[in-house]
Amino acid sequence: MLKRAQALFLRRLGAVLALVAVGGVSAENATRQLNMPQGVTEVSQAAYDIHMIMMWICTVIGVAVFGFMFYVMYAHRKSRGAVAENFHENIVVELLWTIVPAIILVVMAIPATTALLKVYDTEDADIDIKVTGYQWKWQYEYLGEGVKFMSELRTSQDEIYGREPKGEHYLREVTEPLVIPAGKKVRFLITGNDVIHSWWVPDFGVKRDAIPGLFTSAWAKTDQVGTYVGECAELCGKDHAFMPVVVEVKEQAEYDQWLAAKKQEAAAYASTIGKQWTSDELMAKGEEVYNRSCAGCHMQNGQGIPGVFPALKDSAIALGPVEEHLRIVVDGVNGTAMQSFADQLSEVDLAAVVHYERNAWGNDVGDITQPVDVLNYKQGQ
Amino acid sequence: MAHGPATMADGWIKYASRWLFTTNHKDIGTLYLWFSFAMFILGGAFAMIIRAELFQPGMQLINPEFFNQMTTMHGLVMVFGAIMPAFVGLANWLIPMMIGAPDMALPRMNNLSFWILPFAFAILVSTLFMEGGGPNFGWTFYAPLSTTYAPDTVNYFIFGVHIMGASSIMGSINIIATVMNMRAPGMTYMKMPLFVWTWVITAFLLVAVMPVLAGAVTMMLMDINFGTSFFNAAGGGDPVLFQHVFWFFGHPEVYIIILPAFGVVSQIIPTFSRKPLFGYSSMVYATASIAFMSFIVWAHHMFTVGMPIAGELYFMYATLLIAVPTGVKVFNWITTMYKGSLTFETPMLFSIAFVILFTFGGFTGLMLSIAAADMQYHDTYFVVAHFHYVMVAGAVFSGTAAVYYWLPKWCGKMYNETMGKVQFWIAFIGFNITFMPQHFLGLAGMPRRYADYGLQFADWNMLSSVGAFMYGAAQILFLFNVVRTITHGKPVEDPQVWEGAEGLEWTLPTPAPYHTFETPPEVK
Ligand code: HEC
Ligand code: HEM
Ligand SMILES: [Cu+2]
Ligand SMILES: [Cu+2]
Repeated sequence: MLKRAQALFLRRLGAVLALVAVGGVSAENATRQLNMPQGVTEVSQAAYDIHMIMMWICTVIGVAVFGFMFYVMYAHRKSRGAVAENFHENIVVELLWTIVPAIILVVMAIPATTALLKVYDTEDADIDIKVTGYQWKWQYEYLGEGVKFMSELRTSQDEIYGREPKGEHYLREVTEPLVIPAGKKVRFLITGNDVIHSWWVPDFGVKRDAIPGLFTSAWAKTDQVGTYVGECAELCGKDHAFMPVVVEVKEQAEYDQWLAAKKQEAAAYASTIGKQWTSDELMAKGEEVYNRSCAGCHMQNGQGIPGVFPALKDSAIALGPVEEHLRIVVDGVNGTAMQSFADQLSEVDLAAVVHYERNAWGNDVGDITQPVDVLNYKQGQ
Repeated sequence: MAHGPATMADGWIKYASRWLFTTNHKDIGTLYLWFSFAMFILGGAFAMIIRAELFQPGMQLINPEFFNQMTTMHGLVMVFGAIMPAFVGLANWLIPMMIGAPDMALPRMNNLSFWILPFAFAILVSTLFMEGGGPNFGWTFYAPLSTTYAPDTVNYFIFGVHIMGASSIMGSINIIATVMNMRAPGMTYMKMPLFVWTWVITAFLLVAVMPVLAGAVTMMLMDINFGTSFFNAAGGGDPVLFQHVFWFFGHPEVYIIILPAFGVVSQIIPTFSRKPLFGYSSMVYATASIAFMSFIVWAHHMFTVGMPIAGELYFMYATLLIAVPTGVKVFNWITTMYKGSLTFETPMLFSIAFVILFTFGGFTGLMLSIAAADMQYHDTYFVVAHFHYVMVAGAVFSGTAAVYYWLPKWCGKMYNETMGKVQFWIAFIGFNITFMPQHFLGLAGMPRRYADYGLQFADWNMLSSVGAFMYGAAQILFLFNVVRTITHGKPVEDPQVWEGAEGLEWTLPTPAPYHTFETPPEVK
């Protein structure tokens, strides 16, 4: 194990040193990208174009200014016998180097304005998708379609902590990607549930903060079918680096199929609510939900992080009356990181996770919480 | 008073009391400088932890929670603990000697404004050892991550920020009062050295914006403890309000950091060019207009929060404008060197590197100000690279240049030139290896404040970490060189020290006596 890590490390270091030496591309990781992606939408292309314009203008000015400076450093050095002159003012050049840059800036401002107008052109969308940032996952809701799901990191803790080799899509894979159709104008309505996140897909040129209590909007339209990976771009707490965005662009027909399947899935799920679950079924489901949605804070072993996230093992709430426990999980605790899970988890998931917390890690309440109990609790409010 | 300052020979109680109760601007300047260096090393240690963790993909050394505490503490300690006090220290040492004053105008307040600082940072750093850990919400501490979702220790953070703010405000009032009232006869405003000018303007900025910062943290305190909802959407507040308030402080803050640095290089470049500063008055006007404009561009840090397009356009245009006076300064420095008689001692090397690298950071600043492109750059490593080019290669390089430049005047001994140059080259190369690749990382899509990253970013991150360790090592050499100069340096007696140095401080004996200009000099 250690040997392997060592070998990997040496190989990588070698690659890096080679990189320094030749400034080129090494064999490993062929995707060593240096520049902003051109992306697949009008907006990302506009951002790329203005980025390149700015870079070239800066490069030209830089070469001129630094070139002159290096010439001065070479030509007027004392060791070459240079004798200092005594001038210290020249109104003409001083005016020139105030006015000329100002003109260049005005020239820059024109394409910069057109590019921004494109970013803001969110009218007349074909599809509206609500994007909600949660600590630390994304929820996508197809407005008017009744389809809604969570999208979370799929990379395992073992890969992150080096107990298993890292897969090809390390930190670039999610449980369920966002799916959109090619050739349609999709508008994203972005908001946050807890803290501020930022929904970023570089290839779409879309980065918008997901702010609680506020909607921001952005749009994308592309003909290029494929998978596009993005990130959360605003510090949102512990797992900020672990909530990627993955978007799949599908042909219209495939998209329609996918949407129909999602709708069916939602309908099928509704029927499981009435069913009586056994304790074992709930424990199995609960463990899965817990590790996915709760372990980030309360930890896999239920012991929390002292002073930040309370332990659930032996906690008075987990061992106390189930109503109180349900209340905290369904409604959250206002003003703390313990958010409401009413919209994030289904009744089945909620029942399972509460049951799990009451009967795992040595907690042994022994009662059983059914999905109908959750439903009753919610309706009783 | 006839007797000099207490030394160790007078017994340690006397010696300690000298530093605790001192009202001498040189002693206080020394205290500020050592304090800031200590903070620089501490903040640097945090940075080394960050870069060590980011050396490879995956979590190896620390967990993401602690990682966030490290980035936050690194930012806070460097900005408020290292850079700002360093320039206040220089101001204390130099402003009275440059304008022919015997001391600062308000010497007792001067003592207070220094001595509360160690407490502020002790409080801040102690949170790392408390339950819940230190602040973990970034040096920009956006609500509600820093309010509703913060660890309880955030209250200590708020208290610490208040103390730092009080210290800065007192320091600034002192500088303004000194410059307005204590100039030697004949030292008109337009004869003041540029370092003094940049500091007065900075002091006005500080007095204007530190209360805004205090307001922001006070609103946080109320939200956290007294049930208000300034920044809590659920209670009718607005998280974006926090960002407006913060950046109304934050953007002027970046100029608070850089303007005194402009002042320092404007002293050093003429000396080693043996030629007066080109365009003195345009330098003064450029500084003043940069300071003014810094108040009207704050929301360029917020292009992605979804402002109305008119707001975005305004903040974009206004930000572009700042490049004009900034350009004037760069052109003036280069023209000062033109047809001079240049030599390249360590302070000059750092100053030239300042001009080049700061300008580079200015170019990326220009790119960032283009709102449509900033949608891609914002909150990525591209921004991290930008502000390290302006803050490290800008402020820290100029601070280093200043220490080498005035150290002989302060202690009457010459530093080791070879060691200084070696340090310069390690720092210069290490700096660029650290931060140049971060531009590529950002453009390729790596967000900032990430504890871990995908495999496609591995190589540049490793290179960046190697550079960071190099840059860190250069600081050890710096410390060694300075200490060795003080203990074993070759004595200097020439008051002027440097062949081309001009200004009142160079008319004083070397080393500068404990009390100077007790009778004001006459400036023609
Ligand atoms: C973002 C972090 C976070 C996540 C994710 C999280 N919690 Fe919590 N939880 C907290 C915090 C913080 C508290 C303490 C709230 C308070 O101050 O009363 C808490 C409290 C609780 C309590 C009460 C514990 C006690 O003894 O006071 C229960 C039960 C609970 N959470 C269950 C869950 C369940 C079930 C999930 C997953 C569906 C979950 N939590 C997910 C942060 C979190
Ligand atoms: C030509 C002058 C400059 C311009 C046009 C400029 C522009 C910008 C812009 C637009 C941003 C926001 C980027 C983003 O977050 O998306 C930014 C960030 C930043 N700039 Fe500058 N800048 C300039 C000079 C400076 C100077 C002199 C300093 C400090 C010495 C500085 C320090 C910073 C810092 C600290 C940030 C990042 C703040 C954060 O998010 O943590 N900049 N700059
Ligand atoms: Cu995030
Ligand atoms: Cu700014």
